[in-house]
Amino acid sequence: MTTNMKKLPKDSFERITIDSSHAERISKPSLSFWQDAWLRIRKNKAAIVSMFILVFIVFMAFVGPFMVEHDPEDVKVAHASLPPKIPGLEKLGIFDGVGKLGSKTVNLYELKKVEVNYWFGTDSLGRDLFSRLWKGTQISLIIAFVAAVIDVVIGVIYGGISGYYGGRTDDVMQRIVEVLIGVPTLVIVILMIMIMKPGIWSIIIAISITGWIGMSRIVRGQVLKYKTQEFVLAAKTLGASDTRIISKHLLPNIMAIIVINMMFTIPTAIFFEAFLSFIGLGLQAPKASLGTLINDGYKFIEYQPHILFFPAAIISLLMIAFNLIGDGLRDALDPKMKD
Amino acid sequence: MAKYITKRVIYMFLSLFLIASFTFVLMKLLPGSPLASAAKLSIEEREVVYEKYGLNDPIPVQYARYMGNLAKGDFGVSFQYKNADVTTLIVKKLKYSAILGAQALIFGTLIGIILGMIAALKQNTVWDYGSTIIAILGISIPSFVFAVLLQYVFSVWLGWLPVGLWEGWKSSILPSIALAMGPIAIAARFIRTEMIEVLSSDYILLAKAKGANWFEIAFKHAFRNALIPLITVLGPVAAGLLTGSLVVEQIFAIPGIGEQFVKSISSNDFAVIMGTTMFFSVFLIVIILIVDILYGVIDPRIRLSGGSK
Amino acid sequence: MEKIVEVKNLELSFHTFAGEVKAIQGVNFEVYKGETLAIVGESGSGKSVTTKSIMRLLPKSSTEYKNGEILFGGKDLLKISEKEMQKVRGKDISMIFQDPMTSLNPTMTIGNQIMEPLLKHQKLSKTDARKKSIELLTLVGMPKPEMRMKQYPHQFSGGQRQRIVIAVALACNPKLLIADEPTTALDVTIQAQILELMKDLQKKIDTSIIFITHDLGVVANVADRVAVMYGGRIVEVGTVDEVFYNPQHPYTWGLLSSMPSLDATEEKLYAIPGTPPDLLDPPKGDAFALRSEYAMKIDMEQVPPLFKVSETHYAATWLLHPDAPQVDPPVAVIERMKRFPGSRYYEGNAGGVR
Repeated sequence: MTTNMKKLPKDSFERITIDSSHAERISKPSLSFWQDAWLRIRKNKAAIVSMFILVFIVFMAFVGPFMVEHDPEDVKVAHASLPPKIPGLEKLGIFDGVGKLGSKTVNLYELKKVEVNYWFGTDSLGRDLFSRLWKGTQISLIIAFVAAVIDVVIGVIYGGISGYYGGRTDDVMQRIVEVLIGVPTLVIVILMIMIMKPGIWSIIIAISITGWIGMSRIVRGQVLKYKTQEFVLAAKTLGASDTRIISKHLLPNIMAIIVINMMFTIPTAIFFEAFLSFIGLGLQAPKASLGTLINDGYKFIEYQPHILFFPAAIISLLMIAFNLIGDGLRDALDPKMKD
Repeated sequence: MAKYITKRVIYMFLSLFLIASFTFVLMKLLPGSPLASAAKLSIEEREVVYEKYGLNDPIPVQYARYMGNLAKGDFGVSFQYKNADVTTLIVKKLKYSAILGAQALIFGTLIGIILGMIAALKQNTVWDYGSTIIAILGISIPSFVFAVLLQYVFSVWLGWLPVGLWEGWKSSILPSIALAMGPIAIAARFIRTEMIEVLSSDYILLAKAKGANWFEIAFKHAFRNALIPLITVLGPVAAGLLTGSLVVEQIFAIPGIGEQFVKSISSNDFAVIMGTTMFFSVFLIVIILIVDILYGVIDPRIRLSGGSK
Repeated sequence: MEKIVEVKNLELSFHTFAGEVKAIQGVNFEVYKGETLAIVGESGSGKSVTTKSIMRLLPKSSTEYKNGEILFGGKDLLKISEKEMQKVRGKDISMIFQDPMTSLNPTMTIGNQIMEPLLKHQKLSKTDARKKSIELLTLVGMPKPEMRMKQYPHQFSGGQRQRIVIAVALACNPKLLIADEPTTALDVTIQAQILELMKDLQKKIDTSIIFITHDLGVVANVADRVAVMYGGRIVEVGTVDEVFYNPQHPYTWGLLSSMPSLDATEEKLYAIPGTPPDLLDPPKGDAFALRSEYAMKIDMEQVPPLFKVSETHYAATWLLHPDAPQVDPPVAVIERMKRFPGSRYYEGNAGGVR
């Protein structure tokens, strides 16, 4: 050890002055909360793939109905119950317009002398299933999104007021919530639908009538947690108004949990819409949603399983994508956050 | 604890009261009220309906009587089934639904726990990914889509199991599997998260420092702590099973309450709808109450603090 | 003196998603029979990691032992199988953790938790294990031990829980007890009680202790020898007197100067500038140089070896190199050194060393 040291040049032991601020330098680039979250979610392959799937489905939901010349609600009995036919894929033996007629397998397009192609086939009334599928997806997405937004708005306002003002206000508001939370969602949704005429809005209202409760409880919990923290007390001491404290200090902090919960509210709403349609309380024909399409398809499952297959696949993909994105967001924004 | 239970029971009755009042208002609001339906009935039947509901009385009197009947467990008479008593109807159908629900709950939870344990103990391996995928599919794919798929593959295509109707235990297999997907997924996810959290806790480290082996760590120390909070998801699981039973029973034509309920919706049999609604509500609310109390009793951590959860 | 455990050139890294964290970069120390070695350092200096690696309690999936050995009873603990290691843990080496509130299993009675190592390692019958557990609880000063055996952790206060954890750790009369900041999470008055208890018990059962702490006051109270860790290395090691009254490393100077004392004359408490090194990308040379006002050119280029100060005292700083310039430590440290015979500031020594 000593021999090695002897070789050190004399000037090695010159004193140097180190700017101590150098030691304070932050070695990582400063990232905002959302940038940091994005960096983390980017590593979550399942969430990224889900995002692509979701973007694709949303895109198709709005563009798909215009990709074919058929109207989703046009009834054309002459073209009823056609199997899927996509030009170009015929040689592969799929989407070739071949279907069963009785016990024989024949090309129904030739048999019925249909010149046009129906990519996903037609239903028993001759409506184009391709445009119906995307139109239905669009309606389901709109219902789910609007219901989720309503849940968030009511939930944040109710939970925020209850948590922020506390005291008697909170007491009264929480007693109400405790009674409401006992009411099963399923029951209330069905009862609401029965009073109102079936339609997009009645489904939205039925879904959101109890949906906001969960969100309000979460928001209240978060507001209670943050409002006693030092930075809020500091802002109060400096004379910030309630509005300022809520909008500048509380909301940004609870934003993450709101977004995550919305990611789980949307698939729940999609499910309830489909569920209601499946038990016959949903949209009425000729309107389509994923639920009504599944219900229609189920009736023909034995001979034309493809009618069921497409909407079932889309709803499953949508639900999986939303759940995976929600999981990914939750892990990325706050790994410790459990409820 | 006693104070807490009393408080919870009071809230339970308030919730039930709210639902009951709501259904009453609903009955009065609905376009096809019992009166309209009664028009289709025979004279005798109409008499029964009038008598039962006292439809000529003022609304407050009707309301009081309706609430009184409910308290006695009398849900009124069905119009569809030749004035069959709704309570009797529910009891008769309950058997099938209960068998399906119990099978789905027990097997689903067990399988879910096993999957969750495997995933947590073999974290970031193929086992973990496999069970996570099953859990995600179980949570995401609607029960009716899954039920239809099962029916198509195992009944229509392979012909191994009955397509529908109740022909003994074999008929219960497919609907039970369809219903079990929810409990499997929820339990697996929950147990996985809980186990991972418990396994990273200080007391597990201490147990390791004591020289405990892998098996003792997993089962003696971690499992119990991860399992106890699973009780809390019993409420959502029960709600999910109930929701699922409406469609799954319909798909497999099982003569249970769910199927009856959907049938009544399409035939506007209001007494049955109201009765079943009340029955569902009582069922779910009581389960949530039991879960809360049970959790307070079982977990020594919150045994004394009165269950603030 | 008999060496109980000897850590030789230990190097280990954690693989995290941000990259490789070089948590321990060549650590050497030994613990003798019956002594208490205190390891001090800031959070992240590697003191906990070092002791957890003795117990092999670090997560297997992310930890990579790159070099070195841990000799205990003639065996290298890093080489033996997990099964053999389980026989060592709790029997020959046991551990006390920082937070007594979380280190007991909430759903197991404390009786069962104390009995566990007895049943496992000493193969006692249930009745004997119970008897021994009650003895242990009495030993750690728990009143009404028979009744307490049936209770759950949440029914105990923090100080009581730490007594229970100590009872668990001492159950099999371990040769080595590792205490990882056992008093940090406790109230000051309780801290003193627990420290007294540990000192008392050490005398009774003659075990060696590795005591991890960042509290120098605690060190002075319990330790025989002190190892100061910084940036995954031991920078200074010696007896308590040597490290407290004749410190050689600028980091130790900083630590001692930042310790409040009642007789301190300066009003302002000294603070070491900067932050601990990022072990994802450890600095070249002496990790402390960036925060040191005594830095030299060589500090930026080469890691200093451990220079011998006395038979028991070593420090890793280039300041001890024969070619290095003589520097004066901070005033507070000079004040301390004046009291140490053999230091160059010793006032009993005529004219001093200089």
